[in-house]
Amino acid sequence: MTSRIAASRRTVAKSVAAALVATPFGTMTRQAWAQARRAGTLTTMITPEPPILVPGVNNQGPTLIVTGKIFEGLLTYNQKLEPQPGLAQSWSIDAAGTTYTFNLQTGVTWHDGKPFSADDVVFSIMKFHMELSPRSRAIFQRIDTCVAKDAQTVEIRLKAPFEPFILMFDVTTCAIVAKHVYDGMDAAAMRNAPANQTPNGTGPFKLAEWQRGNFIRLAKHDKYSQAGKPLLDELIYRVIPDSNLRGVALQTGQVQLAGPNDIEAFDVPRYQADQNFKVDLDGWQYYGPLSWIELNHRSKPLGDARVRRALSMAIDRNFVVQRLWFGVGKAATSPISSATRFHDPSVRLEAFSEQAANALLDEAGLRRGADGTRFELKFMGLPYGEIWNRLGEYIRQQFGKLGVRLVAESVDAGTWARKLAEWDYDVTVNFVYQWGDPTLGVERTYVSTNIQKIAFTNTGGYANPRVDELFKVARESQSADARRAAFAEVQKILVQDMPQLWLMELAFPTIHDRRLRNVITGGTGVHAGFADVSFG
Amino acid sequence: MSGFWRRFATNRGAVAGCVVFALVLAMAAFAPWIAPGDPWSMAGPPRTDAFDPEHWLGTDMLGRDVWATIVHGARVSLLVGGGATLAAVLIGVSIGAVAGYLGGVADDLLMRFTEFFQSIPSFILALLIVAIFQPTVGSIVVAVAIVSWPPVARVVRAEFMSLRSREFVQAAVVLGQGTWTIVLRQILPNALSPIVVLSSFMVATAILLEAALSFLGLGDPNVMSWGFMIGSGRSTIRIAWWTSVFPGIALFLTVLSLNLIGEGISDALNPRLHERGAA
Repeated sequence: MTSRIAASRRTVAKSVAAALVATPFGTMTRQAWAQARRAGTLTTMITPEPPILVPGVNNQGPTLIVTGKIFEGLLTYNQKLEPQPGLAQSWSIDAAGTTYTFNLQTGVTWHDGKPFSADDVVFSIMKFHMELSPRSRAIFQRIDTCVAKDAQTVEIRLKAPFEPFILMFDVTTCAIVAKHVYDGMDAAAMRNAPANQTPNGTGPFKLAEWQRGNFIRLAKHDKYSQAGKPLLDELIYRVIPDSNLRGVALQTGQVQLAGPNDIEAFDVPRYQADQNFKVDLDGWQYYGPLSWIELNHRSKPLGDARVRRALSMAIDRNFVVQRLWFGVGKAATSPISSATRFHDPSVRLEAFSEQAANALLDEAGLRRGADGTRFELKFMGLPYGEIWNRLGEYIRQQFGKLGVRLVAESVDAGTWARKLAEWDYDVTVNFVYQWGDPTLGVERTYVSTNIQKIAFTNTGGYANPRVDELFKVARESQSADARRAAFAEVQKILVQDMPQLWLMELAFPTIHDRRLRNVITGGTGVHAGFADVSFG
Repeated sequence: MSGFWRRFATNRGAVAGCVVFALVLAMAAFAPWIAPGDPWSMAGPPRTDAFDPEHWLGTDMLGRDVWATIVHGARVSLLVGGGATLAAVLIGVSIGAVAGYLGGVADDLLMRFTEFFQSIPSFILALLIVAIFQPTVGSIVVAVAIVSWPPVARVVRAEFMSLRSREFVQAAVVLGQGTWTIVLRQILPNALSPIVVLSSFMVATAILLEAALSFLGLGDPNVMSWGFMIGSGRSTIRIAWWTSVFPGIALFLTVLSLNLIGEGISDALNPRLHERGAA
């Protein structure tokens, strides 16, 4: 094995650093680590530590990454967001687009040894996620009936056709949980069930040990439904709160994989240049995170589309991507991310031009005052760390060049979400997952029926009857072509109206040891089951 | 007083401190002429190396000129240092004077109040105050002043207690001078020297506190300060060391100069140490 030889060649300095990192991981010595590696153990990190390991009970990013190995969904998705087999080996949708039939895998066993059946699927959809997860509930309310035809077949009938419904079955959206664990409980009881401490899934790995604040150890599920899988024996998630120590752990080979939030964007170019590592920006198609400058249309003069367009033209999106995010991500070109279905590549945002932006503000009748200021607004930065702070400073600077003075206010994450939900802001920065389909993740920001005092709705207050109508057509149509046409028109209208100033399609790099195979294969990246991941 | 200046001038450290501090003062006063324009503006290409002919201290990751940020940052540092010290001295002297002059129950109450503030870790208290109120220059000055006044109060109280029983004070009482006149005209001028020494150290501490708050992201987001630059440059220190090193040096030199000045004043005012500074 060349890997160990390579490891032993590492410099003394790195070994010292490694010894330092090893300390927080309790009693495991460097030798033990090396041994673990021989036995097919992948050690990775999770930042921050998940509070609980049951999806639905907690839907935060880190929870979904770890539970993606323990649980399974009916389907998985490739990078084009086409459904692939999961717990369902095949599925069909009738011509009317209302009846979905899933044929389940045979020989599936829960980690506790009990057999898996169609009843578990019905329970998970109609009871568990329906009651625990607001996002799933909004969609699953469209279900008329969901029944187990036999032990291997589930049939779902919708009240009306809903084309993006097929995207709702990933493990991060609708993980299948064991009915026998939660049977007869109400929502509160399921949320607080003692059984949540010992998650029971059908996934390739089962929870073996969890030392809080230290590590989560997952072991191979011996009775996993796919013969010979998973290829790894163990999967260890280490919790390393300090970003510098995480970098050292990856550099020294203590961990062989780093996911989102583990490595800071400004360190990514180093790993891209390093022969020992592979940096993969893929695997976020299912989430399609898009960031934007969020404008409150109620704050004068942001209700004027010319003003919003001018502000958009003042931002050099390539500067943001290249200089602030070190090339990790892509400049936005449309309100629908290029990873999301129905993105229209022919749509373009107006080009960066401070001159044109100034002219447009003049045209809107907003003259500069004696001190060169046209108008003043409050700016609430997104408190997610250094890069976001730099972005805020950049935005204030660029708007300042147009004579738009932004007065910064500092907020913490909780205050930010509260003020956003209460419409108590003029200008802020936001980013939102698109969940693969504009109806699932884009519509909510722009339709006037969703102007609510809730975060991640149409908090800006944009209202355009034509946009409402087009989103409705797309929502209710079963034909992909009809939906595509509606979304194409929506994108054209939105880039003219600029209700929000889209900035970047965010990317979260996955950095791993080059010998590690099949890490990022689907549209959900590090959230996937890792049954095929192996060393060399 | 001429003896004081002579003694002060023979202390080389103190003189050096004065020179450095005068430079910092000049930098702050003439900032718009030394580094024209907005220090937040992106003056050049991002992450220009230090010692570049156009940006001789380099630029940060947004292309802001590090030299300009240091020059303009001096204003905030001095403003917070001076403002907070002034406020702290006012609070400290008032409380210390009343406690020391009146004694008895008033003294007990005021000193327990002072101890209450002394028993809370000062940096944590400052963080808390700034976090509760929005971080602005004003709230930072208030926070720094609130954590800095207790030592002043204790020193002033001790001075007042000892001076109150001196003969010249008793003479003033006999002559029928009012309480206010005695406190302000007789005792306070004689208690001034330890206050002056303490103040110069307090300015240094206040500047450091402001830098620490800004470093942690609790500075006024609308003004450029050294702590902010050090904090924001920290994340890219491996690829652009100059963005935090130079503001760090500016902070270090300013605080050092104030400490040297404070020590110089202290030595010059202390008759028993006449020879130390000259040696």
